Amino acid sequence: MIHSVLGGGVTALCCATALSDRGLDVEVIVPDGAPEPASRFAGGMLAPFCEGESAPELIVAEGQAAVNWWASHVSGVVRRGTLVVAPPRDASELDRFARATRQHEWVTPGDLEPDLAGRFARGLFFASEAHLDPRRALSSLKGRLESRGVSFRSGTPRGRIIDCRGLASHEELADLRGVRGEMLIVHAPDVTLTRPVRLLHPRFPCYIVPRDEGRYMIGATMVESARRGGVTARAAMELLSAAYTLHPGFAEAEVLELGAGLRPSFPDNIPAIRHAADRIHVNGMYRHGFLMAPVCAERLATELAELYADAD
Amino acid sequence: MFYDVDLTSRLMLGTAQYPSPKILLEAIEASGAEVITASLRREGVAGGAFRDLLANSRCRLLPNTAGCHTVREAVTTARMAREVFGTSWIKLEVIGHADTLQPDPFGLVEAAHVLCSEGFDVFPYTTEDLIVGEKLLEAGCKVLMPWGAPIGSGQGLRNLAGLRTMRAHFSGVPLVVDAGIGAPSQAAQAMELGFDGVLLNTAVAKAVDPVGMARAFGRAIQAGREGFEAGLMPERDMASASTPVFGMAELA
Repeated sequence: MIHSVLGGGVTALCCATALSDRGLDVEVIVPDGAPEPASRFAGGMLAPFCEGESAPELIVAEGQAAVNWWASHVSGVVRRGTLVVAPPRDASELDRFARATRQHEWVTPGDLEPDLAGRFARGLFFASEAHLDPRRALSSLKGRLESRGVSFRSGTPRGRIIDCRGLASHEELADLRGVRGEMLIVHAPDVTLTRPVRLLHPRFPCYIVPRDEGRYMIGATMVESARRGGVTARAAMELLSAAYTLHPGFAEAEVLELGAGLRPSFPDNIPAIRHAADRIHVNGMYRHGFLMAPVCAERLATELAELYADAD
Repeated sequence: MFYDVDLTSRLMLGTAQYPSPKILLEAIEASGAEVITASLRREGVAGGAFRDLLANSRCRLLPNTAGCHTVREAVTTARMAREVFGTSWIKLEVIGHADTLQPDPFGLVEAAHVLCSEGFDVFPYTTEDLIVGEKLLEAGCKVLMPWGAPIGSGQGLRNLAGLRTMRAHFSGVPLVVDAGIGAPSQAAQAMELGFDGVLLNTAVAKAVDPVGMARAFGRAIQAGREGFEAGLMPERDMASASTPVFGMAELA
C-alpha cells in the first residue's frame, strides 16, 4: 500500500524517511499554497537536556535519540554541545537552569568559546548536545527521498494517509494551537561562536545557533498567538539586544532575514501520533521539531511495519 | 470582597511562562485559585486558542493590560479585553519604566478615571503610595493592588513598613499584594499583615515543579490568612517562657 505523507516540514520528511527506510512505499504531498513550514525557522538545536529546563522528562529521555538519527541521515550534524550563560546580574538564572536540568558541567565560557572570554564568569556546558542547519537538513532529507524514487507532488492523497501538516491540521485536531516564534538570521563576521549559546534572562532569553560562513540564527520568541505575519519590532529589538548582550560584535552584524512561524502545539506541548478514521496524525512538535520528529517518525514506522508483518 | 464577588481562595494566579497549558491548568487546580489573570497586549486577538484553554479552568478571568506604557494603550487594551473575555474586570497596569516595570502612577490614575467611568471594575497595579491610592479610590477603584517588589523579581515585601501603613490607612478597602512575590513565606507574610489577597505568576510558573509550588502558595496564603484572623501575638523585646521551668526533664 502506498503511504501519502502530507506536509513539507520536518515532521513530514522524517516520517517519509522512516517509512522509506523500512522499505514501505511512500509519496510526499505538499498542498498547493501551504504556508512555509515552521521548521524552516527552527534553531536546529538537538538539545534534549537544555530543553529539560521546561520540557517534561519524556522529551529529555526520547529526544536523546535525535542526534544519532540525524547524523545517520544527513551530513552537517555538529556535535559540540551547548553553552548556557547569563549576564552577571542575572547569574541566579544559571543556578535555576542547573537545578532544572541534568548532564551538564560548570565551565568558564571563555575556555570553550574564546570570543566570550572575560564576558561571562561561568556557564553550563551540555557536552552531549548537537546542532544542525534546519534548511540544509530538510533539503538533504528531501534529496535522499527523491534519489530513492519517492515522489513529491500536490493533489489528492491516496492509500494510507500520514498527516503531518502542522498547524494546517487544526480543523481536524481541535486541541492544536499555534505558538508564535520569531527569529533572525544575521551575518556577523566579527563574532566567532562554534556551538549554540543560550543567554538566560528573566524576560528576554535568547539562543544563538551558528550556521556556516559567519551566519547566526538568533531566536526565538514564544507568544501564545496564532497570528501570521512578519516579525514585530519588539521581538526584533528584544532578540537583538539579547544578542548584543552576549557579544557586542552582533551590533555590527548584517540582518539577513527576519522570520516568524507558528509552532503546532497540543495542550501538554508534547508531540503525538493520533489515529483518526481516515488518517494518522503526527503533529504537535511545539518547539521540539528537530528533536522529536525523528522519534515520532521511527515510532510510527515501527508501528506500521509490525502491523503489516502481522497481516502477512 | 472584590467588586461584590466573594472568593474562597485569596490567591490570584498569573498564566504566563508555564511549561505548557496543561501544567498551567494543573497548577491552577493545585493552588485552589479562583481568579487567573490573562494578557492580551502581545498575543492579540489571534491568541484565541490559549484563551479557550484558560476558560477550561473554570476560574474567573482577570484580564490585564500588561505591557502597556501609556494611558491610551492601556485603555484600548482594556476595551479589547472586555470584548474578548466578556468581563468588566480589568487589572490595570500602566508601566512607567521598562526595566523595573514600576507602575506610572500619573498614567495609572488617568486611565483608572477613564475606565471606571466606562463601567470597568478596575484592579490597579500601584505602589504603596498613599496619595496615589486615594486618587485611585477617588477615580472609582474599589480595590488597590500595591506591589511587593518589581514584577518577576521575587524579592518579596520590599517595603514592609510602607505596606503596613497602607493596610492601616485603607482599612476596609480590599488590598492585594501584586508582583514581586518569590516564596510561599512571603505570600504568607502579606496575608499575616492583613492584605486581602496575593497575585503572583513567575514564582509558580518558573519553579522547577510549578504544580507543587502552586500548591505550596495556596497553602501558605491560607495559613497566613488564618493566622491574621486568629490574631497574631505581639512581638516582644525579650524571650519569655510560656510555662515556668524549675528543673531538667527526666527522660528515663
